Amino acid sequence: MSASVLYDAPGPKATVRNRIYAVVGGAAIVALIVFALKRLSDTGNLAPEMWDIFNYSGIRQNIADAVLATLKVFGLAAVGSVLLGVLLAVGRLSDHRPVRLVATTFIELFRSIPLLITIYAIWVGFLTDYSMWALALGLSVYNGCVQAEVLRAGINSVPRGQSEAAYALGMSKTQVMLGVLMPQAVRAMLPTIISQLVVTLKDTSLGYIILYPELLQTARLIASNTQVNGQYPYVSTIVVVGTIYVTMCLLLSALATWIERRGRRAKTGLVPAPAGGAAAPEATVTVPAARTGGAGGAEGAPAAGTGAAQEAPGSEGDAGTVGKP
Amino acid sequence: MNVLLDNFPEFRDGFIGTVSITAVSSVIALVLGVLVAGMRVSPVPPLRYFGTAWVTLLRNTPLTLLFLIFFFVVPQIFFSGLSPFVLGSLALGFYTSSFVCEAVRSGINTVPLGQAEAARSIGMSFPQTLRLVVLPQATRSVIPPLSSIFIALTKNSAIAGAFSVAELFGWQKLMSDRGYAITPVFIWVALGYLVVTFVISGLFRLLERRMEVAR
Repeated sequence: MSASVLYDAPGPKATVRNRIYAVVGGAAIVALIVFALKRLSDTGNLAPEMWDIFNYSGIRQNIADAVLATLKVFGLAAVGSVLLGVLLAVGRLSDHRPVRLVATTFIELFRSIPLLITIYAIWVGFLTDYSMWALALGLSVYNGCVQAEVLRAGINSVPRGQSEAAYALGMSKTQVMLGVLMPQAVRAMLPTIISQLVVTLKDTSLGYIILYPELLQTARLIASNTQVNGQYPYVSTIVVVGTIYVTMCLLLSALATWIERRGRRAKTGLVPAPAGGAAAPEATVTVPAARTGGAGGAEGAPAAGTGAAQEAPGSEGDAGTVGKP
Repeated sequence: MNVLLDNFPEFRDGFIGTVSITAVSSVIALVLGVLVAGMRVSPVPPLRYFGTAWVTLLRNTPLTLLFLIFFFVVPQIFFSGLSPFVLGSLALGFYTSSFVCEAVRSGINTVPLGQAEAARSIGMSFPQTLRLVVLPQATRSVIPPLSSIFIALTKNSAIAGAFSVAELFGWQKLMSDRGYAITPVFIWVALGYLVVTFVISGLFRLLERRMEVAR
């Protein structure tokens, strides 16, 4: 447990003190929740009628359609971003200087511009009548750049001997890249790739701003077109839609963590990157530095520390399972 | 070029708006993030659960949804009549605090075990250990991830523009409403953001060099 770094196993006095803190802290948290609920019910947001709107088949159908629309954009963006990521990663590692330059410029440019700015420009400038494609294209471009960096880090983390052996067998450069390096890079980086897909899924909500009828936009329409007791049911709609979003993202994160654990058990020599990548997309690039920096470079040392410690929140129990066959 | 010169006052206001919402929500995110990280490593279970719930919930909520919550739900619970700027900064700060918390927590994990043990053996309490021994050392390894978190925050601040906070995305919207071609508008807005993110990464690089210690 990481916790034991900071404090000893508590003695009798500390146990009592901790228990008091626990009661006080717990009470404060409960009080906050009760206060929020009370205010909500005072303003009439917890009235049964507010929540009854979700029993109408029309509204249910709306939400189901919206979830489908969200998933459709997510699917397009997921495929698009991974394909673009592979393309850009290969381009960035190309032997030809112009190709390398173009890929690097593209990645650096679109990674540092806010996604919303890109999506809006695509929507207004080129695809005004096709908000779904504008959203999917914007998401693919931005996340493709991030995925490219992830994949590049993965390719660099494959031991040199792998490509040397492949060249020695007489494989061409393309064959080495596609047949030897890329599969290993994808395998090692799969948790990070999926974590980035969680970010992509969350970002589909930007469709709200370009009026694509995805989940959030539909929620706003439902809330502003319905009146219950003279009020708009924003609170209940947001709670319902928020639950759907959190559930979808958690499922995808759980998949990333599961793959990471599974990969750790396999004896391939390549350790999969931690699934905590969703925390900060750029930070994941430091993960392989933990491996390359192992030679003792002064620069690599701090990066190695954070990379190794960047664990997914759910994987605290991992220390026990790593050693098992 | 014309689009910038003709609408310079609006662009300037937008740029200042982006800088100020970034600054305000960075402070909120930093304070909240360190607090929640402290909760997550504390020996008190309810606080730990609260911290975990905080991070899990905020990390898996789309920022746009969080903006909606702060603009439509929070006024019903706490105060009504807050300005969009305050609400936007709060939404952005709360969202980013979960990432800051995780960065700080993993930074704490990089501090060698012996440091905390030594602190304890000279009789320091948990808050003292955290404040005087562990956090100062964790700071060093937290700086690189924090830098990318704050750059992400700057980029995310664009969403605030869609919620009627005056900033650069708002300018982009305004210009396209006024019928300017989107490409030059896009280039100027992108340049505006690039300036802010370059300054942030430069500042962090400076900070990193300052705090560099041979280990």
